[in-house]
Amino acid sequence: MQPILSMEGITKRFPGVIANDGVNFDLRAGEIHALVGENGAGKSTLMNILFGLYQPDEGRIVYKGEELTIDEPNQAIKLGIGMVHQHFKLVPPLTVTENIVLGSEPKSGLKFDRKKALKDVEALSEKYGLLVDPNAKIENISVGMQQRVEILKTLYRGADIIILDEPTAVLTPQEVKELFDILKGLTKQGKSIIFITHKLGEVMEITNRATVMRRGKTIGTVETSETSPTHLAEMMVGRQVLLRVEKEEAKPGKPVLRVDGLSANDDRGLLSVNHVSFEIREGEILGIAGVEGNGQSELLEVLTGLRKPVSGEVYLNEKKITGLTAKEIKNHQVGYVPEDRHKRGLVLDFSVSENTILGIHSRKPFAKGVNLDYKAINNHADHLIEKFDVRTPNNQVHVRNLSGGNQQKIIIARELDTDPVLFIASQPTRGVDIGAIEFIHRQIVDARDNGKAVLLVSAELQEVMSLSDRIAVIYEGEIVDILEAKDATEDKLGLLMAGIKK
Amino acid sequence: MRDIFTMALIYATLRSATPLIITAIGGLISERSGIINIALEGKMLIGAFTAVVVSYYTGNPWFGVLGAIVAGGLMALIHGIVSIKYKANQVVSGTAINILAGGLTVFLLQIIFGVAGTSPQVAKLPSWGRFHPLVYFAILLVFLTHYVIYYTPWGLRLRAVGEHPSAADTVGINVIRMRYIAVVISGMLAGLAGAALSIGGLNVFVKGMTTGRGFIALAAMIFGKWTPIGALGASLLFGFADALQMRLQGIGIPS
Repeated sequence: MQPILSMEGITKRFPGVIANDGVNFDLRAGEIHALVGENGAGKSTLMNILFGLYQPDEGRIVYKGEELTIDEPNQAIKLGIGMVHQHFKLVPPLTVTENIVLGSEPKSGLKFDRKKALKDVEALSEKYGLLVDPNAKIENISVGMQQRVEILKTLYRGADIIILDEPTAVLTPQEVKELFDILKGLTKQGKSIIFITHKLGEVMEITNRATVMRRGKTIGTVETSETSPTHLAEMMVGRQVLLRVEKEEAKPGKPVLRVDGLSANDDRGLLSVNHVSFEIREGEILGIAGVEGNGQSELLEVLTGLRKPVSGEVYLNEKKITGLTAKEIKNHQVGYVPEDRHKRGLVLDFSVSENTILGIHSRKPFAKGVNLDYKAINNHADHLIEKFDVRTPNNQVHVRNLSGGNQQKIIIARELDTDPVLFIASQPTRGVDIGAIEFIHRQIVDARDNGKAVLLVSAELQEVMSLSDRIAVIYEGEIVDILEAKDATEDKLGLLMAGIKK
Repeated sequence: MRDIFTMALIYATLRSATPLIITAIGGLISERSGIINIALEGKMLIGAFTAVVVSYYTGNPWFGVLGAIVAGGLMALIHGIVSIKYKANQVVSGTAINILAGGLTVFLLQIIFGVAGTSPQVAKLPSWGRFHPLVYFAILLVFLTHYVIYYTPWGLRLRAVGEHPSAADTVGINVIRMRYIAVVISGMLAGLAGAALSIGGLNVFVKGMTTGRGFIALAAMIFGKWTPIGALGASLLFGFADALQMRLQGIGIPS
């Protein structure tokens, strides 16, 4: 089949790096084509070139049989290339219709022709089976709906190629299914889709072909039906990767953490953790599954002393720790990997060495009187760097310059090295490469096997399912249900995550 | 009480509110595009001064009005270049313009008229009925702006640019150009409001004569929740307070 688009020998250099090095990519009409690779592999650069945000230094783009250069997004849009960004580009106080037609509004005279806009949107919505409420304001509709609006936006502009950047990251499993149905429908109507992702399960499920990139180069393009997740992962990382987490049956002991009827407010003063109760035992991983923003962050903030609860109690080894400060809770041997490592986990402009003692800096041997003992700190850092395989030139590098995976390893090393009785990990592998994910998962399971109680919160359902021994599902601040991991299926969890309890 | 609450008080309210309304609408257009315009005060002052100077030399107050609009627009262009092109802090840039306007008008007053505090009398705008023409214009402006912001594609784009610039950018709206246009319009309106003050209500320029009205207009816009009708209401309220205090002084209650 003749490709609708081919990008040949694309090279793009930035000062000090070659982001794309002779990349080849082609897209057939009516296919869903996955573009996979680790962070920094050059996927975004390639798509930004296609969308006219960057100019390639070398290489050519052939689109619908014509060689051309794309100077700016406007031109890409006119050519029929649409992009759905990972962070939606929608104006919250405007309506669905207004957002869709924005920039190419129908007019009658000088006036914005709202009636025609509405009619156009309704027609489009019907034609492609993307049901939306055209008069709803963006700020009042769900994330899944917002994504439909984004797709409609590209269709309204006449897109033939739609680029979707990590489209499933923010969706519930049911919403993912709906999205996939929509995408299949679109390809039937002749649209071609580029699907950027790092979730190999989705590549296998929805795409026709996959192009794998690594360090700025195309490693290869494969027919999805002729490949496997293991093979794709190997292409991405360049070595064999263990995708499944291997772990023994849990041997839980006595309860370590007991949460009893805990409620807390969010920053706006609205109830976001609603009478939550659960316990975690030694040698057990309790996973919390839920769509982001259902109270997970607030719950962890209460448990780690960053937020005061409204009511309820928290016990650690039967000692009440409710409402203690973060430092006091840390001193009760609680390790915490925060969800946003840049905001809470690290000081980016401090050295690796300094970051390895954050929060324990006043303890021996790092503090000598009022001074820090840098020799002891550096030795400690070197020890952790080796033990946790942190890839850094030395212990004096600012952590800002390390990759996400290595930054995360520093936090995990710091928090596990204090030998906590309770280890709380929130989004431990967000923005982390496959290779490092494997390592971090291993560390979490090892912590469990060493008798620690582990609380895991992750937006990645697969991660929760494969690591946890028990899974608590949170919806609008309430624990809807707690299941044994072996009884949990994606469907079951998905329904619970949407608040549906049978 | 009957002496205080008369029709005259209502007329005075309208006159006092006029510069506030025009400036608040200007500020609203700028802020809707995402540029904080704390420099309204300075632009008003420059407008008031330019109106008097042009009216003095041409003998025609309408040219004075035109001059005020151009001067306000030019000052806004400086604010625009500094805060849009060079991405300087908008509050710092605005404050600098306010200080510049205060100093520049006093300096030029000395150079041009050779006086320190008050300019010579110049031709002022005629009265159309009870009010000078800019009073009517202010009311018209409110409804015109309401229409433009909520019922035209340009207004939709303006709101999008202010709320979520990168969203506007990805649908091909030129965010930078929209912002320049909005800032310059806001400066032109602030300049016009200055003219309403100097050659609308009076026929002279007095050093520092805006006395914080630019900031009050800013407050009126915020109080009016960034909507033209709301800004009108808030400006009328502030104008009423101003008119009332003048009235009370007039019947012998000390300020």
